[in-house]
Amino acid sequence: MTAVAEHTGNLTSPHEFPPTRRGIKWNVVGRYVGIVFIILWCLLPFYWMAVVSFRQVGYTFDSTPWPTHVTFSNFTAAFDTSKNHFGRALINSIIIGTVTTAVAMVVGVFTAYALARLQFRGKFFVLGLILAAAMFPGVALLTPLFKLFTQLHLLGTYEALIIPYIAFALPLSIYTLTSFFSEMPWELEQAAKVDGATPGQAFRLVIFPLCAPGLFTTAILVFLACWNEFLLASVLPNGKASVAPVTYAIASFTGSDPKVIPYTSIMAAGVVVTIPLVIVVLLFQRRIVSGLTAGGVKG
Amino acid sequence: MADTQEIQPADQAGSAGGADGSGPNPRFALRNKVKSGEGRLAARLIAPAVILMLAVIGYPVVTAVWSSLHLDKADAGLNPQGFFEVGGKWVGFKYYTYWFHCGSTCVPGTTGHDFYPAIGQTLLFTGATVFFEVILGMIFALMMNGTYKGRGLVRAVILVPWAIPTAVTAQLWKFMFDYQGILNKVLHTNIVWLGNTGTARAAVVIADVWKTTPFIALLLLAGLQVIPADIYESARVDGATAWQRFRQITLPLVKPALLVAVLFRILDVLRIYDLPQILTGGANGTTTLSILVVRELRSSPNNASALSTITFVLIFVVAFLLVKVMGVNVVQTEARGAKK
Repeated sequence: MTAVAEHTGNLTSPHEFPPTRRGIKWNVVGRYVGIVFIILWCLLPFYWMAVVSFRQVGYTFDSTPWPTHVTFSNFTAAFDTSKNHFGRALINSIIIGTVTTAVAMVVGVFTAYALARLQFRGKFFVLGLILAAAMFPGVALLTPLFKLFTQLHLLGTYEALIIPYIAFALPLSIYTLTSFFSEMPWELEQAAKVDGATPGQAFRLVIFPLCAPGLFTTAILVFLACWNEFLLASVLPNGKASVAPVTYAIASFTGSDPKVIPYTSIMAAGVVVTIPLVIVVLLFQRRIVSGLTAGGVKG
Repeated sequence: MADTQEIQPADQAGSAGGADGSGPNPRFALRNKVKSGEGRLAARLIAPAVILMLAVIGYPVVTAVWSSLHLDKADAGLNPQGFFEVGGKWVGFKYYTYWFHCGSTCVPGTTGHDFYPAIGQTLLFTGATVFFEVILGMIFALMMNGTYKGRGLVRAVILVPWAIPTAVTAQLWKFMFDYQGILNKVLHTNIVWLGNTGTARAAVVIADVWKTTPFIALLLLAGLQVIPADIYESARVDGATAWQRFRQITLPLVKPALLVAVLFRILDVLRIYDLPQILTGGANGTTTLSILVVRELRSSPNNASALSTITFVLIFVVAFLLVKVMGVNVVQTEARGAKK
């Protein structure tokens, strides 16, 4: 525990350097050891996933820490339509995620604008309602929607996933957008109007460009939430490969021998899903962090 | 009001949404409350969201409670007294009794038998994961705080476990926890990780802690960054030790961010499904309430509805207690930010 306390003292005071300059700055060394540890924590399992995804099936459990017996056959196996529907599942996830994000963004922008900009009674109530909805457990929706969609013959359609996803996406988008909107310099809108802009122009030319990063970030967060969902995704498509999203496909991967789990192709599929997400995260790191901490949302 | 022009589409969306909205139209409820012109505008802007949420959350929840009190079609037939019962008949708390009173008497293998263990395991996962995630997350956040080279890179890297679908990370950990997997080789052990109660539970906790600790660290880091450096400076001048500075400056000031993170995490783990489902399928003492609901879903949806209602109430009670006891200030913080 003392080691932790030592770190604390040194690291929480960012803007100062030790007044007494010793030969080696131990706090700097300690910091970089910590940083390297965090990076390894986050990336080592993914490194292993990537290494195994390029291994021949016979060497699945080989523990050499670098790539050996390299092959691309796992990737072709993952996309082999005779066994799995991974390619189809990718498309399904994109369709479901895009539609949900679009709806949640359009509705969310109006609500967030009202919550951030307008004074009205019951604002507190609406905020509480949205927050309650954000904490809502998925299982509580699962049973009634399963029954309802069975009756309506919607089980195994895109709608069966898009409708409940909107229920989760909407609180997320409203919550994040409200934080973004309340930090906007709205005086500029007024200034533009004084300068002769119509309300439409003031919005299009002044406010919208300022909003764009916030909207974009929120859209990424909502899309990620839909893309990563598993509970509803594993039940509501009712096993129909033409609708089931990618999380379900990865969880139910089968190989040529049903008794052997095809780990190498699963890892290959995992790499295919992971790489676009890693790129998005690397590119938009700053914005995603600001969106997450603004909304304080769940992962 | 000049703003009216921009909200025209919202109004249309509102009326369109109202057509299929069930139950009382929330627009009228809101309209009665508002007085100013801004209030009316706000009601129009908010209506689509409220109607949508009532339709996709409110309506299902009400039907879930309703069906949990009525006989399922799958359970229709002769009752123990010899009378024929049709599906949809009012059965009171029959299904709730099934869950609460079945536990000890029902034969192993039925869902009722797993009810109390599932509650215990859900609470166990919640306590264990949140405990480790908060402590490790705090250490991570303290290590990441401050100015140093490569900050952006570290903050991007720390987002990676959060951004990857849990289904993928669950498969990855299942592979690593395999008997022949890398963990046994690195640790020089021969543990059947997912085959024993203790280790299977540990596996779920480890995988969850791995995935979520960076995320908690990120939330705490945001809380740390608003603490002005000169407070530490003056404490140092006054002779405070590192531990004292942590206890008396860092901890109280980061507390609001910490409590919100803990609240969200607790509510999140109470509905945990992905990790235990993919790692073990709920075997070896890792069945959670969510897994049990899914297992019951196809044989008797109404019985599953009763269980999902129980889960919902449990989560609601926990959230209520946390907000009351710990004083987690979620809504107010947000409202203050939103007012401006």
